[in-house]
Amino acid sequence: MTAGVDLGDPQAQAIRSDEDVVRVRQLVRTVAVAVRLSLVDQTKLVTAASELARNTLVYGGGGSAEVSTVDNGRRRGVRIVFADDGPGIADLDLALTDGYTTGGGLGLGLSGARRLVDEFDIDTGPGRGTRITVTKWSR
Amino acid sequence: MALSAEESGRLAGLLDEHAERTIQRWTELVGASLRGRLSQAELRRQVQELHRAVIEAARGGGFDLESESAGELRAVLAELSRGRARQGFTATETAISVYALKDVLLELLEADATDTALRDYVAFSSLVDQMGLFTFESFVRTRESLIADQAEQLLELSTPVVKIWEGVVAVPLVGTLDSARAQVVMERLLQTLVDTGSPYAIIDITGVPAVDTQVAQHILKTVVAARLMGADCIISGIRPQIAQTIVALGIEFGDIATKASLADALRHVLRLTGVETARRQPRRES
Repeated sequence: MTAGVDLGDPQAQAIRSDEDVVRVRQLVRTVAVAVRLSLVDQTKLVTAASELARNTLVYGGGGSAEVSTVDNGRRRGVRIVFADDGPGIADLDLALTDGYTTGGGLGLGLSGARRLVDEFDIDTGPGRGTRITVTKWSR
Repeated sequence: MALSAEESGRLAGLLDEHAERTIQRWTELVGASLRGRLSQAELRRQVQELHRAVIEAARGGGFDLESESAGELRAVLAELSRGRARQGFTATETAISVYALKDVLLELLEADATDTALRDYVAFSSLVDQMGLFTFESFVRTRESLIADQAEQLLELSTPVVKIWEGVVAVPLVGTLDSARAQVVMERLLQTLVDTGSPYAIIDITGVPAVDTQVAQHILKTVVAARLMGADCIISGIRPQIAQTIVALGIEFGDIATKASLADALRHVLRLTGVETARRQPRRES
């Protein structure tokens, strides 16, 4: 689906509590700084990671995030994989609609996160859990 | 792990009979491990107390740390661990204070090399282990409560509400804004609005590294609550990267005034309230 070679070992972070969401954010920021994303892109990626990590926790019942650096020959980037074994998303189009929420939030987390990154891939289904892969490339 | 009535009796007898020697040796052993960070007199007092509590618990018949008669001993052990944890000793240094009793008992029983003595030593020693574990647990509990206290203090530290002008209060937010902190911020702000009778509040997010939907929702709720009380809120400290992220996320602040810096926000409020700020004209030379 996405081009790019992994660089270095991916770093995993379990997501079990609100503190873990903060840890994911810090980890993503560290890696984003290391691959020299611009300040705007760092902020966008960290915010997207924050949204997706919280979704993993709140809707997926906890899971993990794996952060790695990628290189497609011309540019470097950060790739994050969020995975949980939760109930999955039954209607993906609806879930990606701005303002739709089942949890009392603003309903912008998933759709907003998609707009904040360069590549967004989601693999989910009822009872299958959810696996979201996002990538942000340096400019 | 409990001692039988006879074993308890022998333990009490042994410790009582050689009281002075036991306390002396026990204090020496603990003192060596603490390397003079606790005064000899203080240490001796603690050891004496422990010694007395162990004898009393042993006199109560079948000795078990969980039993009713060992309540006093548990209290002494807990007190000891609490003190050590607060003074910054390590868990090992704390546990050694109890485990040193094993060495003392061994020295006391060595003279009497019978089968009974050996069996007694094994039984006593498992009891000391139990006491050590209990100490360790109390130690950890004290440390945990210290950490919880500090987290709470941090929560208070990090959310000041300051009055920056007549009728204008400001909340400089720094760090991560989770639900607990957002709640504290909201309460503080609303209370300060009442106390100072301010019609304007500025929420400054310069120190918030990332504004995601949860943070935005907390801020929006705070603004709405302040409005219900008749106060107007201005959000300041929106840096370029935050602005772009908010747009991409699709968060809308509606008709809430937002400014790039706290200074802009204050100027905005002053203009609204009709306060003119002007640079004083340099006095002309006559």
